[in-house]
Order: sequence, then C-alpha cells, then structure tokens
Amino acid sequence: MSFNFRRFQLNSLRAPWTLFKKELLRFWRVSFQTVAAPVMTALLYLLIFSHVLEAHVQVYPGVGYTAFLIPGLMMMSLLQNAFANSSSSLIQSKVMGNIVFLLLTPLSYLELFLAFLAASIIRGLVVGLSIYLVAMLFIDLPITHPWLILAFAVLGSGLLGAFGVIAGIWAEKFDQMAAFQNFIIMPLTFLSGVFYSIHSLPPFWQQVSHLNPFFYMIDGFRYGFFGKGDIAPEISLSVVAISFFTISWLTLSLLKSGYKLRG
Amino acid sequence: MTPAIKIEQLHKHFGDLHALKGIDLTIEQGEFFALLGPNGAGKSTLINLLAGLLRPTQGKLAVMGFDVNRQYQQARHALGVVPQELVFDPFFNVREMLRFQAGYFGRGRENDAWIDEVIECLGLTDKAHTNMRRLSGGMKRRALIAQALAHKPPVLVLDEPTAGVDVELRQLLWEFIKRLNREGHTIILTTHYLEEAETLCSRIAMMKQGEIVALDSTQNLLNRLPEKKLRLKLGAATLPASLKPLLLSQGRGGIQESGEYTLALAEVTQIEFILAELRNAQIKVEDIQLIEADLEDVFVDLIGHA
Repeated sequence: MSFNFRRFQLNSLRAPWTLFKKELLRFWRVSFQTVAAPVMTALLYLLIFSHVLEAHVQVYPGVGYTAFLIPGLMMMSLLQNAFANSSSSLIQSKVMGNIVFLLLTPLSYLELFLAFLAASIIRGLVVGLSIYLVAMLFIDLPITHPWLILAFAVLGSGLLGAFGVIAGIWAEKFDQMAAFQNFIIMPLTFLSGVFYSIHSLPPFWQQVSHLNPFFYMIDGFRYGFFGKGDIAPEISLSVVAISFFTISWLTLSLLKSGYKLRG
Repeated sequence: MTPAIKIEQLHKHFGDLHALKGIDLTIEQGEFFALLGPNGAGKSTLINLLAGLLRPTQGKLAVMGFDVNRQYQQARHALGVVPQELVFDPFFNVREMLRFQAGYFGRGRENDAWIDEVIECLGLTDKAHTNMRRLSGGMKRRALIAQALAHKPPVLVLDEPTAGVDVELRQLLWEFIKRLNREGHTIILTTHYLEEAETLCSRIAMMKQGEIVALDSTQNLLNRLPEKKLRLKLGAATLPASLKPLLLSQGRGGIQESGEYTLALAEVTQIEFILAELRNAQIKVEDIQLIEADLEDVFVDLIGHA
C-alpha cells in the first residue's frame, strides 16, 4: 500500500485547528454551564455587593462602587473560566480514557498547547464580554483604554488557560482538580482586589497583594476602563506578560516531556 | 520493500518490572499478523510503544520506516490503533468524532467519502448522528474501529477488538478487516480468541513474560504439534490402565467430568491399538472423535513450557 506522508504535511495547520474547533464546540455544547452560569454568578455578586456597598464606598474619585466592581467581576470570571476550559477538558479526557485519541495523533506538543490555549482564551473572552453586556443594562461603564482592556483579557485568559493545562496534566482525578481550583485559583482571585482597592488594606497585606499575579491582571484590566488603578498599568502589563510566558514555557516543557501523558 | 513494523532490541522497564526483554520483530507490509500471549505477557505494552503512548527504555521501533520517537509525526500518520478499552468522548456524535479524528491527521472534507464508507461498512449508518454516550457496547466498539481508520492508515493495530462482542458483530468486523487486508492494509491483532488468529492470520508471534517465545507462520506453528488427538466418550466406564500413558495432561483437557477422555496420538495407526484395548476390556465406546492439533494446543504447549 502506498503511503505519502508529504501530502499530509501540506495540511499540517488543519490538525491544531481541528483540536481548537473541537475544544470550542465542547464548551459551547454545554453553554448553560460554561457561559450562562458564570454570568449569572457574577451578576449575583454585583447585585448583592453593589446593594450593600454602593452608598458607603467610593474607591476612586468619581467612580461608584458598582462601576468599580464590574471590571473586577469580569476579569475574575474570565480567569476562572479560561482555567476551567483547558483543565476540565484534559481531566475529563484522562478519566474517561479518550485522551488516547489525541495522543495517537501527529499533533506536536506546541500544536496541542496552542489549541488548548486559544480555546481557553475564547471561552474567557466570551464569559467576560457576556458579563459586560448584561452589566451595561444597569450601568454605563466608561472605556478609557480599549487596547489595554483587550491585552489584559487575552494575556490573563491565556495565563490561566496555560495553568489549566498544567493542572489537567497533573491531576489524576476530579478531586485533585477541585483542590487546585478551590485552594489556588479561588483564593488568588478573591484576594486580588476584585471587590476592593488594595489601598484599603493594611500595609502588610498591601505588600502580600503585590506577590499575587492576579492582582496585576485585575488592576490593569480595571485601569483600561477608568484610567485609574492601584499601580501603573505598564508594571501590571509587564508582570502579566512575564507570568504568561513563564507559565507557557513550563506547560510546553511538561507537554514535551510527556509528563503523566506518555509513560 | 520497507517493513510495516520493525522492532529492534526493544526493552521497557516500569520501575523494577522488566516488561519487555529485548524484542526483535519485523512485520512486512500487507501481513495479517497476530500477537498472542497470556495477560501480562507484554502485548499491550508493545502496542503502546508502537503507538507512542509509552517511551522505550532501550531499542528502536519504526512504522513504515519512520522511527516512532524521532519521526513520530510520520509514524503516527501511518498507524491506526484500536484500543482495548471502550473509551469515547461523550460530547460528540459518531460522525463528528470521526471528522475530528481525521482532522487531527490533517484530513478535511475531502476525507468525508472515506468516513462514509467506514461508517457503512461497520454498520454504523443508523448511528452516525447518535451521541457516543448513547451507543451500546458493540456499537462503541465499531466506532472505536472507525476512529482508528478515520485517517486511512496503512497499518492497523487491533488490541482485543472482539472482547465482549457478539458473534454477529464479530463476523461483520472480520469481514471488513479482511477486506482492508486484501486492499493492502497491514493488520496486527491481539486476541484471546485463538481460533480467530488461526483463521485470519498468516503469521503469529507468541509472547510470554516480555519475550517472544515463538514467531512463525500459522501453518508452521500448527505443524509443531504433529500429533492428533482422539476423544473417547466411555460413559460410566474408566479408561484401561494400558491406555493411560496416552492421556493428555489435565491442563490440555485429558479427562473431562462428562466421562470423556482425550488421548494423544503420535500416529493415526495407534487408533487400532486403542480400540483393541477397549474391546479387550469390554468397554463400550459411546462416541469417538479424531481431532487435529489447533493453535490452542500450540499455545498451551509453548506458553506452558517455554
């Protein structure tokens, strides 16, 4: 039987594109769970916190608490969902055993990574944008630096998407994945300034907050809306970009080594 | 011609376990080849190494001349693997899964005609738009085979494809696989149904504890045991003492609870002696059957003694 490998090389981009499409379809098929539910949760946070604190807290001059809260909630949901996309896909495939269909393919570790990363970014952006659109029904939110908003949204969801790949490779059962989500992702997002400015914290906790990369993602993203933040956006962007490339390099190294995927 | 599979001095360790101990194996293009052995012999380890799911501790593997590790993309293009477990993606239907699987190998809409053909030949037409989750075990097995074939690989590895599959489906699968083999696909099969290997495969490797203990054509393996067997049903009577040295060992079914005795014959002429001894002992023979040695006998002989 004749076999011409060169013929397939021409279509090499189709392989990662297929995986990307499959990952998109995977979350879109269950969009009530993957998009509608996080939007609903963010809106509940918004309703409760804004009802309790709107009249009592003004973080930046001229910016009401509800307006302050919306970018934080958008970014928090965006990050959590970007993480959930890649991590849940990998852990489900591992537990169900169907990851074998991916490992048998000629997809390179870089192609695998890019496909998972792109799908995570899209899910993060879809959730973030949905929250924005729904929130716009209640409040008019300014957009001062749209490119900065986009840069933080893409880098943030990319960072968490890559982190999700690491978690998906490492975890062997859903319990371990839940631990990852509840003991790492959740505390880091909640303690990153979603609901407050770190200037309202005692000096020690302000310093601790500076060690949390999620703080830079949220503060920089918020700066894009109001033109105001706790630190300069250039610093935030640098920290987020460095974190993204570091985690991506680590993820690529794990995929290349076959850690927990190929024995 | 480049061999379909070439394995040289392959070793695999899992910690202290030496799972494969220097395997050398060449499978030519177009062969229908069986890999047999008891559980734990190393068959699945060997297949997983070929598929790139495991990495060898030492040694080389090539598929259609492409090194499985250094030229993994070419090697994987040339290989389709049907895994032993019934694994599936619960989010998609059969046709979607096949299109995705072909897409991972760079194949697009131009491959749809082949996917339709595979779906039809495997009797999946009615289920093409059914979610994988909703398929019965047999249908899932067919879908697994279709997935391995989605990119039309020249070499197809089937790891226990008929485990837990009913007779009708087994027949359908084998007809399709035989057709693929006739069309030039190399087929490598592991199975516990030895009669399948005997009927389908032209060459067989038998493995035991990480080593190949026999590698030959099916006919040569069968010729290794030239003896024939004589099965006697004697009702309540017991076998005369003079015939007991001819009894097969208990592991090979020498005495059955139903009062059946199976004797090994070095020559067919021994039948006369046996019948004479039974007449002298005034034992009435209820049934008598002359049986050729089959692959199971060879398997038991080799795996039991190698």
